[in-house]
Amino acid sequence: MSIDIRALLYLVAAVAFILGLKRLGSPRTARSGNTIAASGMLMAVIVTLVDAEVSWAILGSGLAVGALLGGFAAIRVRMTSMPQLVAAFNGFGGIASALVAGAEFVKADGIALPSETIFTIIVSVLIGGITFTGSFVAYAKLQGLIGGSPVRYPGQKLVNGLLAAGIVVAAVLSQTTQDALPFWIIGGLALILGVLAVIPIGGADMPVVIALLNSLSGVAAAATGFVISNSALIIGGALVGASGLILTKLMTEAMNRSLGNVLFSGFGATPASSEATGGDVTTTTPEDLAIALAYASQVVIVPGYGLAVAQAQHAVRELADLLEARGVKVAYGIHPVAGRMPGHMNVLLAEADVPYDQLLDLDQTNNLLSRTDVVLVIGANDVVNPSARDDEESPIYGMPILEVDQAATVIVVKRSLSPGFAGIDNPLFYREGTRMLFADAKQALTALGSALEDL
Amino acid sequence: MPEVLNPVVVGIIVFVLAAFVGLEIISKVPPTLHTPLMSGSNAISGITLVGAIIATGAGSGTLGSALAFVAVVAATINVVGGFLVTDRMLSMFRRPKRPEDGK
Repeated sequence: MSIDIRALLYLVAAVAFILGLKRLGSPRTARSGNTIAASGMLMAVIVTLVDAEVSWAILGSGLAVGALLGGFAAIRVRMTSMPQLVAAFNGFGGIASALVAGAEFVKADGIALPSETIFTIIVSVLIGGITFTGSFVAYAKLQGLIGGSPVRYPGQKLVNGLLAAGIVVAAVLSQTTQDALPFWIIGGLALILGVLAVIPIGGADMPVVIALLNSLSGVAAAATGFVISNSALIIGGALVGASGLILTKLMTEAMNRSLGNVLFSGFGATPASSEATGGDVTTTTPEDLAIALAYASQVVIVPGYGLAVAQAQHAVRELADLLEARGVKVAYGIHPVAGRMPGHMNVLLAEADVPYDQLLDLDQTNNLLSRTDVVLVIGANDVVNPSARDDEESPIYGMPILEVDQAATVIVVKRSLSPGFAGIDNPLFYREGTRMLFADAKQALTALGSALEDL
Repeated sequence: MPEVLNPVVVGIIVFVLAAFVGLEIISKVPPTLHTPLMSGSNAISGITLVGAIIATGAGSGTLGSALAFVAVVAATINVVGGFLVTDRMLSMFRRPKRPEDGK
């Protein structure tokens, strides 16, 4: 196959990626969009294999092992664990790009490479390496293998700065000497930097981190595309880089924080203010709540990470079914940063068979809340904290929230009064009109359901 | 002989245009689909598999072959796992209820 034909066929694959991503824009077309993108990938692989001088033993075994591992993980993963799976996949993409660039450097074996090629190899190894270890630290935090709270140590910024400086020095050395040693040093430093960059970031900031790592895995692929002069990698990588960047921006906006603040501030490491608003909370029983819910005409359910932790997505759908059978209208209000990755709550509820037109975004929910009789907040805290709107002193002041206090009655299902991730007290709990049900989300919802059936 | 563009410059042009296409189409994706968008786009970043396949080619020596093998495994995990899990997620997104369900 001539190089021109090959390039044109890669272009067809790239167009398939674009069309696929475009179709991911609507729930109706999304599944076919994913299939189109996957077909583009298959085509790119086949085009590469035609007339290729490859080692079939290495290639065949690598493909088989990868397909088995990836396929197994994809089929077995629970929807609540989706954030860590996507983090892991990001990591594998990143290391693959870094290794391809590394293999290119090794292949040259002392023969002088053009300086722009060395530069792109370095970029690819650097970003791919950071993506790899960064993603696996995120994975470990999300999977609970290491603590989710931010890790801070003295001189953190200095250490990161020294690492970055080391990378620059090694990069200049590998340009001038074309030696292998500085090149490997860059790889090693990138791996360390990935760990150190994600370690200080807390669990609730993971939506931003995963989106950013997603973007970086794309940039790494594009950089590798420069190394091997392949437009399919450049286009595919650029698309993913852009996609991750948009999600990163949306997530930071939903927290009213800058990316720098998320990455470097160690938000949530120390409780921002321990002074409780105090006051009494009104606790309640499932039986009382069942009555309030049964006689409402509009109920909005606000899910948070606590719902995922308790695996309560099916229980919440069953409760909604009982309410709908009584003629109560039910909608779900989903904050962009609820959960541990963008859209996490939506996928959980989709798994529980909730139709997607009942899943409202921030603005849609806030429009509905003033006309809502009962809001049921399940395992969410900071995203419904009125301090973000009212208290200029609050660390989360300015963050857009779901204004649940606009509804007639607010019911909060929560395991305890402990503050949320931001470490700040939530005046919502002490407000008149708010009723607290202290319980595990799943148990509370099941109890509510049976109380409803007994009415 | 006319002057020929450096392939890196051509690459930069392609990259920038593709990035703008990406920004344009992806900013229209609703929040409901953000997780599948991430896992699906993540699978696309596995396009680096093409590079990994080429890297298994002749003339890479033991170290090069080892790097290429690991690259093929990692990229294939990314591609196969990414597209499969996205499909699994999207298969769960249910259409709006029929009107008779509501009342």
